[in-house]
Amino acid sequence: MGPVAAALGFVEPVLDFHALAPELVLAGVLVVLLVADLFFDERTRWASSTIAGTGLLLAALPVLTLAVAGDERAMFGGAFVVDDFALVLKGLFLLGGYVVVLLSVNYVGEGDYYEGEYYFMLLSALLGMILMASARDLITIFVALELLSLPAYLLAGWRKRDPKSNEAAVKYFLLGVFAAAVMLYGMSLVFGFTGTTVLADIGALLGGSPTAAPAVTFGIVLVLIGFAFKISAVPFHQWAPDTYEGAPTPVTAFLSVASKAAGFAAILQLVFVGFLGREDVWGPFFWVLAAATMTVGNLIALRQTNIVRMLAYSSVAQGGFMLVPLGVVGLNPEAAGSALSAVVTYLLIYAVMNLGAFAVVITVARKTRSGEIASYGGLFEYAPGLAVVMTVFLFSLAGIPPLAGWFAKLVVFRAVLDAGTAWAIVLGVITAVNAVIALFYYAAVAREMWMRPVPDDDRTPVSVPPSLGFALVLTVAGTLVLGVFPQLVARLGDLARFEALQAILTRL
Amino acid sequence: MDGFDSWALTLAVFLPLAGAAVLLLVPRRDETSIKTVALLTTAATFAVGVWILVNFDYGATDELQFVVDRSWIEVINSRYIVGIDGISLPLLVLSMFVSMLCVIYSWNHFPEPHNPKAFLALLLILETGMNGTFVAQDLILFFVFFEVVLLPMYFMIGVWGGPNRQYAAIKFFLFTLFGSALMILGFLALFFLGGQTFSIVELQDTAQGIARNTQLLIFAGLFMGFAIKVPMFPFHTWLPDAHTEAPTVGSVILAAILLKLGTYGFVRIAIPILPEAAVEWAPWIGLLAVIGIIYGALGCLAQRDMKRLIAFSSIAHMGYVMLGIATLTDFGLNAAVFGMVAHGLITGMLFFVAGSVKDRLHTLELSRLGGLLVQAPRMGWILGFCAMASLGLPGLAGFWGEFPAILAAYNPADGLPEEVFRAYMVVAAIGTVFAAGYLLWMLQRAAFGTPKDEFADQAVPDVNGPEWIAWSPLLVLILVLGVYPHLLFRVTDGAVGVALRALGG
Repeated sequence: MGPVAAALGFVEPVLDFHALAPELVLAGVLVVLLVADLFFDERTRWASSTIAGTGLLLAALPVLTLAVAGDERAMFGGAFVVDDFALVLKGLFLLGGYVVVLLSVNYVGEGDYYEGEYYFMLLSALLGMILMASARDLITIFVALELLSLPAYLLAGWRKRDPKSNEAAVKYFLLGVFAAAVMLYGMSLVFGFTGTTVLADIGALLGGSPTAAPAVTFGIVLVLIGFAFKISAVPFHQWAPDTYEGAPTPVTAFLSVASKAAGFAAILQLVFVGFLGREDVWGPFFWVLAAATMTVGNLIALRQTNIVRMLAYSSVAQGGFMLVPLGVVGLNPEAAGSALSAVVTYLLIYAVMNLGAFAVVITVARKTRSGEIASYGGLFEYAPGLAVVMTVFLFSLAGIPPLAGWFAKLVVFRAVLDAGTAWAIVLGVITAVNAVIALFYYAAVAREMWMRPVPDDDRTPVSVPPSLGFALVLTVAGTLVLGVFPQLVARLGDLARFEALQAILTRL
Repeated sequence: MDGFDSWALTLAVFLPLAGAAVLLLVPRRDETSIKTVALLTTAATFAVGVWILVNFDYGATDELQFVVDRSWIEVINSRYIVGIDGISLPLLVLSMFVSMLCVIYSWNHFPEPHNPKAFLALLLILETGMNGTFVAQDLILFFVFFEVVLLPMYFMIGVWGGPNRQYAAIKFFLFTLFGSALMILGFLALFFLGGQTFSIVELQDTAQGIARNTQLLIFAGLFMGFAIKVPMFPFHTWLPDAHTEAPTVGSVILAAILLKLGTYGFVRIAIPILPEAAVEWAPWIGLLAVIGIIYGALGCLAQRDMKRLIAFSSIAHMGYVMLGIATLTDFGLNAAVFGMVAHGLITGMLFFVAGSVKDRLHTLELSRLGGLLVQAPRMGWILGFCAMASLGLPGLAGFWGEFPAILAAYNPADGLPEEVFRAYMVVAAIGTVFAAGYLLWMLQRAAFGTPKDEFADQAVPDVNGPEWIAWSPLLVLILVLGVYPHLLFRVTDGAVGVALRALGG
């Protein structure tokens, strides 16, 4: 340690390399990817996708070993924590990222895009996400958010000769930066009144009376609004449909699953660790947000004719379902435990089925070169396998047993009734009605595939490249197995409860 | 419990699913193998059913038998509990039986766009859902099976149905889903207020502590789920559309089994778990039931399409079943279960005949039909037989579903308004007159007289091989149960007592 540092009272932090291993491995793969790309010529460029995919699986290994070790590890004064919550989400990000790589192989390879850079950006964003899962400090959260957002802005504009893709990137960038600014202002207010950026300390302070000052309330709301943009909650969702439609489809899959999950990871840590004393502020906030997001997302999705836009609005609506448990915690803090599990469980199941749906969209578009729902006419006749698989994903998204989505909906309802107050039940009924509305547009695609004639009578079979085929097998197996044995995912959802939360729950 | 005992119900539920999985591996062009696999699967499932019938302890119909209790979703304390008592047994066996007959009937009756592979795979998945619903003794398990039937039926109507099939299919789906969304809210409320369990048996004790007003609300949620499925007036509007558009086999299954999932839900779940609320709601349920009886009958008289007419008659018949349930008496519930089975056999048969008529004449418009007895006498007689059974002629099965239900309304359970139910009784009795009216009217227009000019020269093939095989067991059962109803009543009698135990019934 140098004399200057010593004079400043700098204490060298203790580094737990095991805890940092997923991030370190991923950062290493990033460097390898960037350097290796220099030596690839046109014919060997495909190798970058292999490096990216393998790298993600490698990074998932330490997540496993950490889970086996099982102890909670905190570093940097509690700013970086590896607990079950963090591990479950890191696993989700890395495996979800792996599936996105599978989806990208042919799309990027055949599209004459910059392959090495594409995977570099994708993995950078993922690095931001796994960091987010461990971030328990306002600044760490912000750094993670920027690390995952900046590459995502670039990825959205990856088809640079397509004006729609440009529009997608610009909209996403402008609104994203605006949201970040709002959030930073909120964070500064919270910091100003509590004097700390560590969430656990903020949580301990916020329960007390001096922090009931309006400015703190304002700060909390601003921080949450920032993340409401990230998870495209109504009324902060306007960027999502345009960005989703314009971005390359694998990137859309990535944004609608991984990026959304990262937003939720941040929100969960903020509200359950940092702001749990102030559920009087964020409870009603999320209640309204959830009701609006579900309803508006669903109603607009009903009118879509483009499948990617439909899935975009559906993902807005699904985000609304995930907000429901947060909305009821404010009414009855005792439901905090089941609410947290519900959101995590929902995220995991949603990731599997939504990635699957996008895998089919990408596969079918290889033949039809179209994103219109009408182009799915008669799919069951010439590609029965794909039609059945897509049907599985759609009705899973709609929440029909025995497909995984039903359990996601069930745990949301469970959190609602665990809270059990009148307002919670009202939200539950709104959720139930929305679940029925949602069926309508999912079934519309199924109707197209099964009950409508083939457009132009073009029955050339759809070729399924191996990587997309593997992605389909993974996701469809996941959707079916988790639907019949939800215990597998429910346990993960249950594990992912914060220690801090347990302490607060016992106090109640 | 050892050996086959503990596997019987699980096999009964999942054999069809396994069969569907095997079907997926058979190439689409090899239709004979596809049909054979489907037939063998349903036959094997029915064989399990026969084994269950033989080994069922008829001295203890009030107890759950062949029970299996395994952990399933520990996190929410939902378990894989299956078992059957005297109420489930007839319905379970009926479901297996009708599924098998449907495969036999399908042998040479695949509606456009053909594709036996997909059609039979859906039929098998459907059977898994139906069998599962009748054996599930855990609310979440019940819910899952209750919903599993939606998708196959949606596709069966939507792909193989009539001209207006897409509308009918989505309507069926949306209505049912809306009901079940409220139902699951009710189930979860039971879970949290009734001692953190989903076990139907345990809830019968633990749910009694729930506050009265809350019970009423929960019952309302369950009511929505079950009543839409039955369907009761005013939630019935999906039924005529679904029935009219569905392919023959779809209609048969819908009438014979799917509607029973709703009434079964009342008997198995809503009443035993929430008896106090049931007493409170029963007069209203009875009211909707008799409205359904009259409304269905009047609806029948206004129909021009034979299938639609049968569909409306279903609404009326399910009205009798619901009236029996609403009396909350031993007598009424026995009648209800009998009514479910009888309606399943009779209306299933009517839809079979209607389907075959449509196959031959390509229309079911009553104004164009006529002289079936001349053109195809055997089929005409079968239609007449079923019409008689359906209108409740003594000596045939239909009688034992209607008559005791009406009688039960004379003397409803303690706590129910006697005068009101007696009024219902009168209305329901008038309903039987209507029933005779519309069924005889239908028979007269379709079977009597001479064929209309457009079909006069057309050769109408009479009942063929697969039809005989599929129909005769149903016809025999209609007669046997009509002559000797004790066969069924002795099975259900003990079990309905348990359902009403909390009422002191």
